[in-house]
Amino acid sequence: MSALDLGLPSLGGLDGVPTTDEKQTAKEYTSDQEVRWCPGCGDYAVLAAVRGFLPQLGLRRENVVFVSGIGCSSRFPYYLNTYGMHSIHGRAPTIATGLAVTRPDLSVFVVTGDGDALSIGGNHLIHAVRRNINMTILLFNNRIYGLTKGQYSPTSEVGKITKSTPMGSLDQPFNPLSVVLGAEATFVARTIDANRAQLTEVLTAAAAHRGTSFVEIYQDCPIFNDGAFDVIRRGGDEAKQRIIPLKHGEPIRFGLDGEFGVVHSEDGYGLRVAPIAEVGEDAVVVHDEHRDDPSFAFALSRLSDQDLTHTVTGVFRNVDRLAYDDGARQQLKDARSTGQADLGTLLRGKDTWTVGTD
Amino acid sequence: MTIPDTTVQASTNDGSPSSTGTNGHHRAVEVQKRHRVVIRFAGDSGDGMQLTGDRFTSEAAAFGNDLATLPNFPAEIRAPAGTLPGVSSFQLHFADYDILTPGDRPDVLVAMNPAALKANIADLPLGAILIANSDEFNKRNLTKVGYEANPLEDDSLSAYTVHSVQMATLARGALAETGLSKKDAERAKNMFALGLLCWMYHRPTESTERFLREKFARRPDLAEANVLAFRAGWNFGETTESFAVTYEVDPAPLDTGTYRQITGNTALAYGIVAAGQQSGLPVFLGSYPITPASDILHELSKHKAFGVTTFQAEDEISGIGSAIGAAFGGALGVTTTSGPGISLKSEATGLAVALELPLLVIDVQRGGPSTGLPTRTEQSDLLQAMFGRNGESPLPVIAPRSPGDCFDAAIEATRLAVTYRTPVILLSDGSLANGSEPWKVPDVADLPTIDPGFATEANATDGSGEFWPYQRDDDTLARPWAVPGTAGLEHRIGGLEKADGKGSISYDPDNHDRMVRLRQAKIDNIPVPDLVVDDPDGDAELLVLGWGSTYGPIGAGARRVRAMGLSVAQAHLRHLNPLPANLGDVLRGYKTVLLPEMNLGQLALLLRGRYLVDVKSYTKVSGLPFQAEELQNLFLDALKGELL
Repeated sequence: MSALDLGLPSLGGLDGVPTTDEKQTAKEYTSDQEVRWCPGCGDYAVLAAVRGFLPQLGLRRENVVFVSGIGCSSRFPYYLNTYGMHSIHGRAPTIATGLAVTRPDLSVFVVTGDGDALSIGGNHLIHAVRRNINMTILLFNNRIYGLTKGQYSPTSEVGKITKSTPMGSLDQPFNPLSVVLGAEATFVARTIDANRAQLTEVLTAAAAHRGTSFVEIYQDCPIFNDGAFDVIRRGGDEAKQRIIPLKHGEPIRFGLDGEFGVVHSEDGYGLRVAPIAEVGEDAVVVHDEHRDDPSFAFALSRLSDQDLTHTVTGVFRNVDRLAYDDGARQQLKDARSTGQADLGTLLRGKDTWTVGTD
Repeated sequence: MTIPDTTVQASTNDGSPSSTGTNGHHRAVEVQKRHRVVIRFAGDSGDGMQLTGDRFTSEAAAFGNDLATLPNFPAEIRAPAGTLPGVSSFQLHFADYDILTPGDRPDVLVAMNPAALKANIADLPLGAILIANSDEFNKRNLTKVGYEANPLEDDSLSAYTVHSVQMATLARGALAETGLSKKDAERAKNMFALGLLCWMYHRPTESTERFLREKFARRPDLAEANVLAFRAGWNFGETTESFAVTYEVDPAPLDTGTYRQITGNTALAYGIVAAGQQSGLPVFLGSYPITPASDILHELSKHKAFGVTTFQAEDEISGIGSAIGAAFGGALGVTTTSGPGISLKSEATGLAVALELPLLVIDVQRGGPSTGLPTRTEQSDLLQAMFGRNGESPLPVIAPRSPGDCFDAAIEATRLAVTYRTPVILLSDGSLANGSEPWKVPDVADLPTIDPGFATEANATDGSGEFWPYQRDDDTLARPWAVPGTAGLEHRIGGLEKADGKGSISYDPDNHDRMVRLRQAKIDNIPVPDLVVDDPDGDAELLVLGWGSTYGPIGAGARRVRAMGLSVAQAHLRHLNPLPANLGDVLRGYKTVLLPEMNLGQLALLLRGRYLVDVKSYTKVSGLPFQAEELQNLFLDALKGELL
């Protein structure tokens, strides 16, 4: 069901949020709080990108809210001069849900990490994206627990040696995008902390999307998982051979000279990487982020190897589906237009009797 | 106290409200007046006993009796048919005076099968009436519950007045013309039983016929079948010589006003709707289904026209999390739960304490620990409500004392939450939730208004022109409620300790000590009404104190003792945190203070610790409410100085 099925106008992600004509700056979005992340933390780059990107939205600053859970990344709201809540571990999507449902005039962001969103808060994450509630979720994935000083996380590679796993971690990691695509998220993207241009581009598209926008940001933890993403983070030839950038409507190709392409795998179920010289230009899949069936985006998510041999970045999926909160507000509106709301009538109900009148 | 029953002989026209038309009694039967009657409908979970009891209740209410009900059903939706675990019952006490409890023992037991008889016969006083659906008393069903012989056919029930009625057969016969299947026709046997009881007790029948036609509006054939079975039951009483007596219970002289029947859960839901209206706040309920609280979610989901949003969350934590989010945005955030659900909400409740945002946390207590007894009542979450969070985490706790009182308690909880910017825990329980009573419908004009008092401007005391989210009101110690969308008041709050006033993160030792004490003082200093003691003789040396749903049984027990010429004082706490300022003086003013609770003495522990008074604790955790007789005997023991 989409908004159109309900007779609602097609909405943009920021429709209903008051805007301003006044020019805004990153400085205005900067709070007076001293930033307390470790030197070299990838969070700084994301914070700078967000401070730079928010003024471009042209929203009234008081109508922007950042909600976070617990973890290094969840300190994010303190550093922005908007409304914000630093809540409890894993629960930010629930708080954002109540806020988004009751306040269509707010632009709601959730900042979370791999432990916060995928371990303790995994349930809330999948249900938020399933419902498609108007919020933008930024998941900072550094594949480690930072604030608790270096235990493996649900996105750490198998065999990870940490304080809590001296003989290596045993559990299979989540691929965060596969998880949310399994829950049929309507907007799914991935980017890297060091790539400010793509970060800004993806965040802009996420904000414009009506419903839940999920953005995974690979982020470096220089203290407990230093260099985890270096092979794709440092740019240059190595990154070019590993990163598969997505552009809607364009063939999916990459490599030093674009010599590799994404093609359908032989079994017909998924996608694989192939040298274009072998498979031919026509075999290269053209990216369509609007495909309704999430299987395509899911197949793209499976191309991202845990060891970063390949990593797909950009917008995987961007489809229109009724946002829960739009539907919930419409039900209230419908009830108000057809039903009476007289408290006395409600309290009396259908069957009353009267005792004495004197 | 036993109120003597008077017996009057009546002619054909007995003057009952149902004495005209097809509902009138025509056969000359003896009519006896009763001041009060307790009926228990018992049958299989699938027999529709709750519906049957509910309909009889509605008729008693519409007739103007005072009443109280006790539904009692297993947690399983359909336990194996005909077994003891599958027995579901509904007890109704109705009277011509104001009553306080659903009654201890039934005067009439309607048993739809051998299991229902076996499970309930021990509660039936000698001489009481038993109406049994003899169709189900076959060898198979009897064996299933361990009867070697059919008790309807031997003399084992000779101490009772037994009516064996082939309810299923008679219902089927009445529906022979309708073309309904045998199975469907027999399912209407509960309406047959209801019709028979309506005849026996001179109940008006129109509302039940109307109800059935509305309930089965989409299946007119079923509606008609149920009406036919209902009438067949009534006619059976009218035409069968085996019923020689009918009973009348006059309307009760309640206070002047308009009344309706209401359950605790419905009253609570209405209280929340009213609180939204009286505060001008949109209501947001975040809730996860759990027995016996789910009906509040169901009820509130019907009232969207009042600006009530209900959100069925993925779990208990999301239920309260979303309510906190809504509260941050300026709505009246509410979450409802029971049993293990309140445990799951502990962490988020603590967050709300730290955030100092208004929030209603409604706990319909049930038997515990763990999953416990989902459909039974208990008062064992009190200490968890008080202290069940990490850190010093005070919040107001209040408890309604009757089904109708849930309405007022919800409004009062909202007033506290909004005025003091704090989560409030409201402790209802299973017996209040599902029990019902006549409720004097309040005049909307008399309801209190609640001022959200949103912050609109900067409040810094240092001339900086900043907004300080933890700058407290001098009087209430409440912090400002500044909602997103308010320009200039942008701020960040969270679970980390905050600097007094400014609200930024602070790890300063002195600041933490001050903030812990400020949060405590804010709750401790909430003014609550003084405890009122009911001591009609004015010379009582025994005070019986209670809280929550024990109000009815304690009151009924006290009445009985007073009727014997003895003095007993009663007082009931609504505000459990903070406690009334005069409570210490009240406790110290009596030679004996007795505190019955449906837990192992949780409030008694608190009061002993706080007031150094030797409160005598009397406890029961059977999952069922106290009985009037039980408490009467307890009070007599206490008066004799024979308390353990």
